[in-house]
Amino acid sequence: MTRRETSRETPRQIHLGAHFPGVNNTTVWRDPRSGSQVDFSSFEHLARTAERGLMDFFFLAEGLRLREQRGKIHDLDVVGRPDTLTVLNSIASVTTHLGLAGTINATFNEAAELAKQFASLDHLSGGRAAWNVVTSSDAFTGENFRRGGYLAHADRYVRAREVLDVAREFWDSWAEDSLVADPETGVFARGISEVDHRGPQFQVRGTGSLPRSPQGHPVLLQAGDSDDGREFGATYADAIFTMHGSLEAGQRFTADMRSRAVRNGRSGDDLKILPGVTFVLGDTPGQAREHAREIRFQQVGPAQAIAFLEQVWGRDLSDHDPEGPLPAQDPETTSTIAQGRTRMTKDPVETARTWRDLAAAHGWSSRELVVEVTGRQQFVGTPAQVAEEMDTYVQADACDGFILVPSLTPAGLDEFVEKVVPLLQERGSYRTGYTGSTLREHLGVPHPHRLAPAVRATA
Amino acid sequence: MSREPLRLGVELDAAGRHPAAWRLPGARPAELFTAAHWRRLGALVERADLDLLVVPDSFRLGSSDERDQRGRLDAVAIAAHLAPLTRRVGLVPVVTTTHTEPFHTNKAVATLDFTSLGRAGWQVEVSTTAEEADTFGRTGTAPPGELWREAADTVEVVRRLWDSWEDDAVVRDVASGRFVDRDKLHYVDFEGERFSVRGPSITPRSPQGQPLVVVPVRDEHSLAVAAAHADVARIEAGDERTAAQTADRLRTLAGRELTVLLDVEVLLRQTATEALDVAGRLDELNPGAAPRSVRHLGTPATLAAALAELPDGLDGAVLAPLDLPATLELVVSGVVPALTRPPVAGSTLRERFGLPRPTSRYARIGGVR
Ligand SMILES: Cc1cc2nc3c(=O)[nH]c(=O)nc-3n(C[C@H](O)[C@H](O)[C@H](O)COP(=O)(O)O)c2cc1C
Repeated sequence: MTRRETSRETPRQIHLGAHFPGVNNTTVWRDPRSGSQVDFSSFEHLARTAERGLMDFFFLAEGLRLREQRGKIHDLDVVGRPDTLTVLNSIASVTTHLGLAGTINATFNEAAELAKQFASLDHLSGGRAAWNVVTSSDAFTGENFRRGGYLAHADRYVRAREVLDVAREFWDSWAEDSLVADPETGVFARGISEVDHRGPQFQVRGTGSLPRSPQGHPVLLQAGDSDDGREFGATYADAIFTMHGSLEAGQRFTADMRSRAVRNGRSGDDLKILPGVTFVLGDTPGQAREHAREIRFQQVGPAQAIAFLEQVWGRDLSDHDPEGPLPAQDPETTSTIAQGRTRMTKDPVETARTWRDLAAAHGWSSRELVVEVTGRQQFVGTPAQVAEEMDTYVQADACDGFILVPSLTPAGLDEFVEKVVPLLQERGSYRTGYTGSTLREHLGVPHPHRLAPAVRATA
Repeated sequence: MSREPLRLGVELDAAGRHPAAWRLPGARPAELFTAAHWRRLGALVERADLDLLVVPDSFRLGSSDERDQRGRLDAVAIAAHLAPLTRRVGLVPVVTTTHTEPFHTNKAVATLDFTSLGRAGWQVEVSTTAEEADTFGRTGTAPPGELWREAADTVEVVRRLWDSWEDDAVVRDVASGRFVDRDKLHYVDFEGERFSVRGPSITPRSPQGQPLVVVPVRDEHSLAVAAAHADVARIEAGDERTAAQTADRLRTLAGRELTVLLDVEVLLRQTATEALDVAGRLDELNPGAAPRSVRHLGTPATLAAALAELPDGLDGAVLAPLDLPATLELVVSGVVPALTRPPVAGSTLRERFGLPRPTSRYARIGGVR
């Protein structure tokens, strides 16, 4: 008996996003099937595949400075990516339903400009825009910008809140019916409010330059895991991109985020929790595991293993043998050896101790240890296993769905769409056709109402 | 006619450059902010095989009059939307330099070059109003001279960033485990009066290497920037003769060849009387819309004749239709066929303008490293 026959209710629906495999240590470039990470044809292929698979959205990450290690540009993983919004606008014209989610930093961009850019994407895509708001802030990235580099790490969510507040005011500054466009009466647009924001970070006055877009506000995603980050997400976001990918960790995280949303006066269900997950498929469980192991060793070459250890050890390990045991000396705790990426660990000395014990217990070399501790392949198995496991997660409220992180550009999603999607549909947990045209409709998150206006002049 | 071939671009502003144009029959004003509107215009431009499709932009709402067309979509967004839908025309969004980070401009235009397969350009503009400064929370505006100096710095740093990846920087060398050759990535280390940028770009070198840089020429400040940095200059002038003199000065100051186009505001109808009538009606509806450059109100034939007679030194024109899509339709069906424009070889915008694909300034010659 299938679970559908036992349950009279429709199962909770799974939401899927498609992460473009670009700059990322999970992207395999050594495989002969690996294509360009910048050519438009790659983006188009993945987007069309995701749309064929009826996914909620296509997703792009962002980094505003090339990563460095030992003061040199990191050259071992995929390097280089195009501009997020420009790619999404081009994808908009070759797709019809797929949501278009872009990661854009709130620290190194201006609110008025972002408001206009995301409203433009929402207009031109007919209501498919999403903004993944990140706050990564450091002087290293700031060196590419006239402003932003000065921002202290502790203030980055203060700024992000203000950027969002101002952007939302701009999105609300044209009422639903402001664009009249009636040639008879001669009224083009009326009732446009003036934004007048005075906050600790900036003072902004102006009028939004666009009619309210199809979604009102683009869908907001958030990725960030600190207490500040979670509060920010629970207040502003429609969906959370998270790394809490195991069942138990997912349930804890989801419960935490839903209760934070409720504390902020929202319904917990209005917040969609979407962990980023990798997946490896095989015709048999053994074949999938074998394939997964191959991918891991392609992701972690000998030089990458050393580079990874250097991020924890905080010192030059270029003479270390990756096929031998872990370095004997203790990590340096105050180190900036790796720039432009999130810190690996809060307590490197403790991490090193744990890893030495692990490696000793299993007889792992340095490289094998790195393969094991950096592994993020949550779903490995036959299509039926993967479909069942994903469904279990969602039914158990460990999440609302997944952002799929394929390991290959651009064909890494093909097999999933061909083999797993039909099985999710059979389970009744996944749509068999798009029922709405906007991303808000795909995700089932409510249309934002106009913000309660402050006292404003109207033009 | 002195030049071969005559260059022809269009600047497309929602319902047209005239703020009252949305009221004309055929304007479909409720659709101005939709993809459908821009797709229709893009398809028309493509049919006529025009050289440039310029999309204007600014951070102003514009008019405070409820009867005027106002508001606009982001120009890069429009160009990017049209990129996969067109095959021939150069896509040239305006990106202003006063409030936008140069690093963002660099990657946006380079990416448009990727998504259009080598047809991206960039028209430089400055934001002069207090309204725009307020929108960004900046206090007051700098004088035009300073804004254009900043624009020059922006073009300089953007061009450096476009070169900051050599063409063959991506090596995918399985044996050594290196994806890129970091010796072929370069810090640009730009220090200007108002900003500094470290680099390299996050975006690899684009199909054209250097997308086409277009600079409007409307005063001494913008003329200096065009002379120093432009691939193509657009001259705003009250008449052709003045424009030709400006083109002369521009070339002398530049000390190099560059393409110079005249801005022509156009409104076309099947008869000249009708064109004058429509223009008169628009000016009645909004009397404040003074010409910004030469204006041609007439028929496809009169415009074709005027273009064929452009004085020496002007390589062609950028037509700014006062109304859309009516005037553009007549440009496509009547003006372009009347001009003898040879078919263009090559598929990139630089090739279309006879410009070579430059090597990165950071590439060392002869492989000496
Ligand atoms: C799943 C996930 C994806 C992220 N993706 C990006 C990204 O594409 N670009 C970026 O600059 N930061 C990214 N970040 C970093 C976050 O924006 C944030 O800076 C980081 O998590 C630290 O914030 P926190 O202290 O609140 O966790 C990501 C974080 C998470 C958890």
